Amino acid sequence: MKLNLEIWRQKNPKTQGEFKKYSLDDVSPNMSFLEMLDHLNEKLIRDGIEPVEFDSDCREGICGSCGVIINGQAHGPKVGVATCQLYMRHFEDGATVVVEPWRAKAFPVVKDLVVNRSAYDRIIQAGGYVSTKTGGHPDANAILVPKQDADKAFEYATCIGCGACAAACPNASASLFTAAKISHLSLMPQGQPEKDARVVNMVNQMDMEGFGNCSNIGECSAACPKQIPLEAIASMKSDYIKASLK
Amino acid sequence: MNLDSKSPSGPLEQKWSKHKGEVKIVNPANKRHHRIIVVGTGLAGASAAASLGELGYEVHSFCIHESGRRAHSIAAQGGINAAKNYSNDGDSVYRLFYDTIKGGDFRSREANVHRLAEVSVNIIDQCAAQGVPFAREYSGELANRSFGGTQVSRTFYARGQTGQQLLLGAYQAMMRQVNEGRVKLFARREMLDLVMINGKARGIITRNLETGAIERHSADAVVLATGGYGRIFYLSTNAMNSNCTAIFRAYKRGAAFANPCFTQIHPTCIPVSGGYQSKLTLMSESLRNDGRVWVPKKKEDCKKNPNDIADEDRDYYLERRYPSFGNLVPRDVASRAAKQVCDEGRGVGESGLAVYLDFRDAIKRDGEPKVREKYGNLFDMYHEITDENPYQVPMRIYPAVHYTMGGLWVDYNLMTTIPGLHAVGEANFSDHGANRLGASALMQGLADGYFVLPYTIGHYIASTKLDKVTTDAPEFAAAEADVRAQIDGLMKIGSKGKKTVDEFYREVGTMMWDNVGMSRTTKGLEETIKNFQKLRAEFYENVRIPGESGEFNKQLEMAGRVADFLELGELMARDALERNESCGGHFREEMQTDEGEAKRDDDQFCHVSAWEYKGRETAPVLHKEKLSFESIHLAQRSYK
Ligand SMILES: Cc1cc2nc3c(=O)[nH]c(=O)nc-3n(C[C@H](O)[C@H](O)[C@H](O)COP(=O)(O)OP(=O)(O)OC[C@H]3O[C@@H](n4cnc5c(N)ncnc54)[C@H](O)[C@@H]3O)c2cc1C
Ligand code: FES
Repeated sequence: MKLNLEIWRQKNPKTQGEFKKYSLDDVSPNMSFLEMLDHLNEKLIRDGIEPVEFDSDCREGICGSCGVIINGQAHGPKVGVATCQLYMRHFEDGATVVVEPWRAKAFPVVKDLVVNRSAYDRIIQAGGYVSTKTGGHPDANAILVPKQDADKAFEYATCIGCGACAAACPNASASLFTAAKISHLSLMPQGQPEKDARVVNMVNQMDMEGFGNCSNIGECSAACPKQIPLEAIASMKSDYIKASLK
Repeated sequence: MNLDSKSPSGPLEQKWSKHKGEVKIVNPANKRHHRIIVVGTGLAGASAAASLGELGYEVHSFCIHESGRRAHSIAAQGGINAAKNYSNDGDSVYRLFYDTIKGGDFRSREANVHRLAEVSVNIIDQCAAQGVPFAREYSGELANRSFGGTQVSRTFYARGQTGQQLLLGAYQAMMRQVNEGRVKLFARREMLDLVMINGKARGIITRNLETGAIERHSADAVVLATGGYGRIFYLSTNAMNSNCTAIFRAYKRGAAFANPCFTQIHPTCIPVSGGYQSKLTLMSESLRNDGRVWVPKKKEDCKKNPNDIADEDRDYYLERRYPSFGNLVPRDVASRAAKQVCDEGRGVGESGLAVYLDFRDAIKRDGEPKVREKYGNLFDMYHEITDENPYQVPMRIYPAVHYTMGGLWVDYNLMTTIPGLHAVGEANFSDHGANRLGASALMQGLADGYFVLPYTIGHYIASTKLDKVTTDAPEFAAAEADVRAQIDGLMKIGSKGKKTVDEFYREVGTMMWDNVGMSRTTKGLEETIKNFQKLRAEFYENVRIPGESGEFNKQLEMAGRVADFLELGELMARDALERNESCGGHFREEMQTDEGEAKRDDDQFCHVSAWEYKGRETAPVLHKEKLSFESIHLAQRSYK
């Protein structure tokens, strides 16, 4: 396959970036999108051009490291996968492919396609946990959890923290990420005692980080590689109001 | 070099409680005056940082990733073992202990393994209390499944994403300590050297991967939780950034490296499909609960559509050879058996290097929805990668490098041969001997971090005279100068070199897979040692590294890691050569039984091989820790 690539190049957070054009003519349809970028980089290095920096680690859609905007879509055209799980067979031979980093004020660009998502860590730090210590716990089966609750909690807990939700949102809101953690813990009995404080602290932190407000557009859930359902946000909003009134 | 295991005396089942009663404790008010560096935020590092922070220590946590949550543990799929006996199928602490020792082919330390089995039950209670959404039965109780090398059902899981859920639990506990001010995070920092003062580990040198800045960090004790080194094979199931650098640099400073050649080759991975491939994808061992492994009986059938091959023409070779464990034999046995049928010319797929893992019977028995519920994400992953639907055609699988049992030598307190330097999780060598059982790495990482290290590191701090040190000490300046010299040296060659880091890296990987992989010979190993020396010389003359050192530069990062792999590969080959027996995942072709099973030599090799560094181009020195078995009778491993 042949590809015409337009890739965002930016030397560091302080300099301006710009799109650069590259063409590749020996792309295999069985390559993943990131393997295609590896392949481009090998070629660039041999040609004396600095390779395109991007983040990746697990390359199986679970660590949340990868993530770029491909032709305007976070993680590209295929639903329910991260960039590393996107295969070149989903592109046409001769296609033009535009690649850029996540665009959100709270995710500053480090270099080229690499951004800094530590804002997500700080949202978790504000309350995305059960305040329990190591050791001294009752037997795990002492507290029963209905299977449907555990399964639903699991579905929310599969969030990989990649940032696609905020990158896809026209308001750059981190609501889906924040709500996924809140919903996971709210569904488990262990999460109950701190339910109110958690939602208030996490939502306030999200605002402080400079993410936008949610206006129910739904681009986040559509772009989410784990397909976290939008209902999470609705329940976060109502929990937030209830908790703030207490 | 002193390899005193410090295993406590007394009966096996009482060693750990006795030891806990005897270790010295740091006064609660004093803990905050002691800083501990924890390098790594996987299961082992995050659980250690969280627990040490809760105890009141000042913890500095480092990782190469952008966030602690991205550590490679996140990718673990199948599950975590614990001797809970919830299935009422006869499980016990002793049985988990025994299975682990036997699974490791009698090459691990009894006292450590028994402790691991003991604390396994606490881990599940701990994770449940954190709100980890484990799989449950309709009763609301926790669900279990089976893994290889055992005949009980003791594996806890969260669909095919157990590592993710356990790591998020540990990461969240660590983030709570960040919020409390007890843990300070240093993300995107790569440890490039260990700093020793008066013979003790007192700090590290890191490179800030975003800015390229070289930094000094001091502490009273250092913990390495930096994971395994399977990426030396280039293609493996390990994540792209997994590396050996932290433990290798510690080895160069005097920490013994134990059993470097003990590598786990996992039987069920998606086969290699092209030269551009960057890593391999695991299909969890849990699939062997329901999937049946087979190849055609006749070579002529190998290219046929598998669904057209009648049952009597299929060879379910694991069920045939190992009737009592069947598809659930341990990994080393299953991998070797797959290689054997492929070597006989009965492999399937385009390359002939694959066997089938078939769910036809499970789908017939339980229905597709039930199978989807258990393994849905794995089936989807397989479908996306291979473009084949595993609900309709059997999966094609082949062994791939997955885990390294070897690592830094540690004593019962998880301390290396360098006072103050501890190693936890996959980075150490303990517990799994020559072969790790499935679902036991998560157990070990969390056991080390939550329940063992917090006690034993306190003992070190309380019983050692620790002078005050600052990063102004000359030892810090010297270590920093060494790191700078290495980076500057690489950049100097790199600006003129012709061959990319990746080209060298692929050569390292091919050499390792061909000669230090699933089967090993004297000749192959001897040649490999020489070839590494040659490749290293070429690397230091001709490697190409673009960009600058004072900025984000992935190629430079990788060049440093490949430089270490170029030395580690030789060490692994030396260790494999020296161990003239077959045991667990280490298979020397010269040493096999008539049936092609691993042939151990307990008279000569019932020991841990611990290597001492002597210089880049000087052979390392071997030291031995003899293994003695008091509770277990050494036996030829059989899964028949
Ligand atoms: C695909 C896959 C599936 C698996 N499934 C299972 C399973 O189902 N059950 C099971 O028990 N085991 C499983 N394993 C094995 C298990 O996941 C690992 O052994 C375990 O998670 C390792 O944890 P760790 O904490 O030791 O290291 P890791 O999770 O690898 O963490 C290493 C940490 O060290 C940091 N680091 C590394 N080098 C440096 C450096 N130089 N400087 C600073 N920081 C550094 C990294 O950033 C990271 O935070 C699986 C492994 C793989 C590859
Ligand atoms: S690289 Fe891990 S999610 Fe893509």
